[in-house]
Amino acid sequence: MAVLRPFDKLPVLNTASLLLVGSDQRLQQELAQAIVKEKKSSNISIHLATSLPLSSERDHLRPRIDLIVFMIDIKNKYSLKNVKASLAHVAASFFLGKVCFLVTGVGRVNYCSVEINSIWKLGEVYCSPVLFCELELEGIRVATAQRLLRMLQICAGHVPGVSALSFSFLLRSSN
Amino acid sequence: MDETVIEYIRRTVLKIPRKEIKIMLQKWGFLSRSQLQTINFQQTKENISRRVALLCQENSADIKEAAALDIIYNHVYPNKRLWSVYQMNKTIYQMKEKETEFFDIRDFKTKFKRKLHSALENVTINFREYDDSAIWIRIAWGTPYRKPNQYKTSYVVYHSQTPYAFVSVSMFRSNVPLLLEALVAASNYNHICAMELRSHSLNSLKEIVFNRYSQNFQTYYPEALQEHSVEPESEPQIVHENRKTKEKIQGMNQQAFWDCSLPKLEYAQYKLETMFESDPKMGVLHRKQPFRCLVKFSSPDLFESLKSLAATSMAETSLSPLLTCIPQKPMNNFRITEETSLISGRLSTSLCLN
Repeated sequence: MAVLRPFDKLPVLNTASLLLVGSDQRLQQELAQAIVKEKKSSNISIHLATSLPLSSERDHLRPRIDLIVFMIDIKNKYSLKNVKASLAHVAASFFLGKVCFLVTGVGRVNYCSVEINSIWKLGEVYCSPVLFCELELEGIRVATAQRLLRMLQICAGHVPGVSALSFSFLLRSSN
Repeated sequence: MDETVIEYIRRTVLKIPRKEIKIMLQKWGFLSRSQLQTINFQQTKENISRRVALLCQENSADIKEAAALDIIYNHVYPNKRLWSVYQMNKTIYQMKEKETEFFDIRDFKTKFKRKLHSALENVTINFREYDDSAIWIRIAWGTPYRKPNQYKTSYVVYHSQTPYAFVSVSMFRSNVPLLLEALVAASNYNHICAMELRSHSLNSLKEIVFNRYSQNFQTYYPEALQEHSVEPESEPQIVHENRKTKEKIQGMNQQAFWDCSLPKLEYAQYKLETMFESDPKMGVLHRKQPFRCLVKFSSPDLFESLKSLAATSMAETSLSPLLTCIPQKPMNNFRITEETSLISGRLSTSLCLN
């Protein structure tokens, strides 16, 4: 059970599940709480992990994951390394719109230690959108939570007429 | 002499942040209240310092007063200097002889001055006592042919009830042995040795060195208690997937650092003189000569950053005892050599810390 697959479990009615993967636990917790506070029509469950693969002990308790968000801290080279190592444990079919990269810490330009080019390349190689945010500011945290919530609803199929794949094409910049 | 003293006072006032100048001048007490009232503290520091210099000239300040102001400034802002710690000890014979000895400050001062003056004529020595039985000594060094340079001073903070002295030497390192000799002679000890501990934060050094005696009473957190101390999930919708590892790391952190506020050190330095162990076939330096290298961890606050290694998942196992032993044996400069011992006919090596 090392690889995470998108469709190997049955979905639960009116529920969406989000998986946040990132090395900074405090920021993860804050973002999760911001998402939970938002007004929503369905049940949301958020899973926080520092790296993949997830432990197989709790596998039977885990619901189907609808959206994986990889958090990269721009001040911490280790977080990028961690994310790249975790990407190997995600099945290829997840990358049809159900994965997103979230780059945090962009407010502190002085402490930037990860190259933005490498992150863009990562987004291109894995055909997934890259979002930038600064989670230490209240307003941006709430806005990011709203964006992620909307993406989650689309990926879980709660928005009629829009599928995860078509939405990811919309987000891709046209060259 | 007067001109240079006034200029020195003016430059010391310039160092002080504008909001604190009034308080420090009041602490100094050289200018009378009416004189202080004539100074406008809202103007630029340059003008304030000129006004203070003028008033000091009227009061004919001498070097003693200027030194007092300098000591007050350094007492309030000790973190601008680099402090090293020295420990003094007596021989057992001496300890048995004088058991009921009390500390006489005047005796200390005269002995200190006498010892320093006997070696070097041109020094300015000033003392100031504080409430926590700390004696601040300010020394301005000169040479046999030149007057003391008031801008390059050394400071000694000596707590009379303890065998520790904190020394900050700005330049003229060649005078340090002289200073230490005078300190030992004045405080009735026998010898003094340098502890391998250096930092900018004087209070942290004091904390580390004086709290050594209280660390025998380690509190043991039993396992059951630890589970409760981890905060319960506030939202049932947020699931921590790595909960077990998180708890394990929190437990390890607690064991290593005891959950208390740690002193503020800026660096830990390890000088390695160990053998380089490579594949014997490669033949590169394999056990031929000790591999000399210097490893230095530096940060604005070393222990906080070590603690946060676990929080940001950069450390997956417990920290090396080389790092966590720093508060106990107060040292932050280590020399690690190879120790070889013969056990059952085979050579086994282990790291020896000294």
